[in-house]
Amino acid sequence: MTGSLQSAPGPFFGEFGGRFVPEALMAALDELTDAYDKARIDPAFTGELERLARDYTGRPSIVTEVPRFAAHAGGARVFLKREDLNHTGSHKINNVLGQALLTKRLGKSRVIAETGAGQHGVATATAAALMDLECVIYMGEEDTERQSLNVARMRLLGAEVIPVATGTRTLRDAINEAFRDWVANVDTTNYVFGTAAGPHPFPAMVRDFQRVISVEAREQMLALGGLPDAVLACVGGGSNAIGSFDAFLDDASVRLIGCEAAGDGVETGRHAATLTGGRPGILHGSLSYILQDADGQTQPSHSISAGLDYPGVGPEHTWLSSIGRAEYWPVTDAEAMEAFRLLTRTEGILPAIESAHALAGAIRLGKELGPGATLLVTLSGRGDKDVEQAARWFDMLPEEDA
Amino acid sequence: MSALTDRLDACKAEGRAALVGYLPVGYPDVETSIAAMRVLVEAGCDVVEVGPPYSDPVLDGPVIQHAAAVALERGVTVDDAFVAVRAVAEAGAVPVVMSYANLMLQRGWDRFAADLRAAGGAGVITPDLTPDAAPEWVDAARAAEVDTIFLVAPSTTRERMRLTCDATRGFVYATPLMGVTGERAALGDAAERVVREAREAGAERVCIGVGVSTGEQAAEVAGFADGVIVGTAFVRALGDEGDLERLRAKVAELAAGVRSAA
Repeated sequence: MTGSLQSAPGPFFGEFGGRFVPEALMAALDELTDAYDKARIDPAFTGELERLARDYTGRPSIVTEVPRFAAHAGGARVFLKREDLNHTGSHKINNVLGQALLTKRLGKSRVIAETGAGQHGVATATAAALMDLECVIYMGEEDTERQSLNVARMRLLGAEVIPVATGTRTLRDAINEAFRDWVANVDTTNYVFGTAAGPHPFPAMVRDFQRVISVEAREQMLALGGLPDAVLACVGGGSNAIGSFDAFLDDASVRLIGCEAAGDGVETGRHAATLTGGRPGILHGSLSYILQDADGQTQPSHSISAGLDYPGVGPEHTWLSSIGRAEYWPVTDAEAMEAFRLLTRTEGILPAIESAHALAGAIRLGKELGPGATLLVTLSGRGDKDVEQAARWFDMLPEEDA
Repeated sequence: MSALTDRLDACKAEGRAALVGYLPVGYPDVETSIAAMRVLVEAGCDVVEVGPPYSDPVLDGPVIQHAAAVALERGVTVDDAFVAVRAVAEAGAVPVVMSYANLMLQRGWDRFAADLRAAGGAGVITPDLTPDAAPEWVDAARAAEVDTIFLVAPSTTRERMRLTCDATRGFVYATPLMGVTGERAALGDAAERVVREAREAGAERVCIGVGVSTGEQAAEVAGFADGVIVGTAFVRALGDEGDLERLRAKVAELAAGVRSAA
């Protein structure tokens, strides 16, 4: 080890990352980078962010041991980092509050954001309401259909939700449309990017805002008796995972495992497991792994989870994979839904379908390591938004009884 | 000097701006798109921008997005773009390619430049690649003697204007409006300002793109720029049914526009 792997500053992580965007956005990204570099060492900014984390989000989030669930995971001890208990119901609020505060410092009055499952959109709409910012959310039309409750939540919060009907009508198209809006309105508008991907400074900045997950969890685990043998988190773009990994990066004994959405199975081609089934390419402003054809056209991804249904992945994950510091496992829809059912039935905790992918990874790893192993799983969000979809999966909707 | 700068200079010697026409290859199908590019040349385009469609065109508006989606659905490939480049060269205009970065990266920066050169192409416009982001591309293009055409915008800072104009060969692609490709009712003073700033930063040739759709606008822009770039209006004229005569009329209107500037 020549140095710490934590808090890598970008713009490049190994050979991945960078900033591949239209010239029209370069000045805004430079301005954002500058503002963030100043804010991160300004006690007025960090103090306000800490205050909001404590008094608004409800941090620190607790760690819950789940022994009845763990009995199905080879008898390993399993602890959940409860980001589902945050205000708005997921880890997304950690990042959004930071970027909304930055928007105010930039003197801008309007925020835009993309959303997949709607969690980042809801968090952004929430911060916009709190800080009196105009808010426009881009959401793939297919996602507005499978996550209609979150669409209503965003509208109740005062945001305008624009369904994106182009391309695959999912997260990736929502990001394209948000970039187009930003190019046209960059004078007044800040793009509150939801995941640890995109052009610099987003991968490093979003990671920093999510880092609180692993900083808290590491202390909590030490207080409970020691570092875990592994940390598991689901990976779409990868913001909760990178936030869950960062403070553990220098703990060589801790395995870091990102659980990607394998959809119907990587071998079927209908999946979103980018690090398992992709190769290097440029998408949405950075060089990372993407799902693409031989020419470089992005391939449609598939996952039961709208939040993981993305054919790219944050560049720092690609780097951590390339140097062998983190592992990335594919988890199918069926495995994730079984883990969803199991946690709900054994512990009375309804996870987001996204987070259920990490739970499925824990079941697999627990069976591999057996009793004596300690696993920390980030429960990135709660499953309220997924009730209808899960009920349909398990044939529990009343009209389907007959 | 290159085929591209020679052509722009020849237009200037005629006392007019060049007309640069864009079409995506494969829309509405490969054969018709290549026929349409020949129409561009016959009806008065000096330079033709061949666009290999890309799945995630973040700098394009709805008309070009739609065309790209149609072309991809029908199976267009990047190879088809080089076939189109050759056809444009044979028809007598200077072909350039406008490509998003990932298509170039997947082919390989060197191979993309070499294949373009072999097909008779003169340069590449890179909407999502700035010179500081891709020194490998600049090196590959220089080695193959392919022009690197970079964009500048109203938001471009003085420092970036210099960096971009320094790295540019052929012409600087100035976008007078903030926003994606498409038609605009008015271009405003920003167009002149961006051209002036690019010239102050050392650009010898500046063409204006994004927003020009009528002969009148072309005449206005031709008054202060070296070339007028038209895409959306041509794609719309061609349409899903591939109407070559409607396209020919639109090109003729713009070609008259660049020749009528004061």
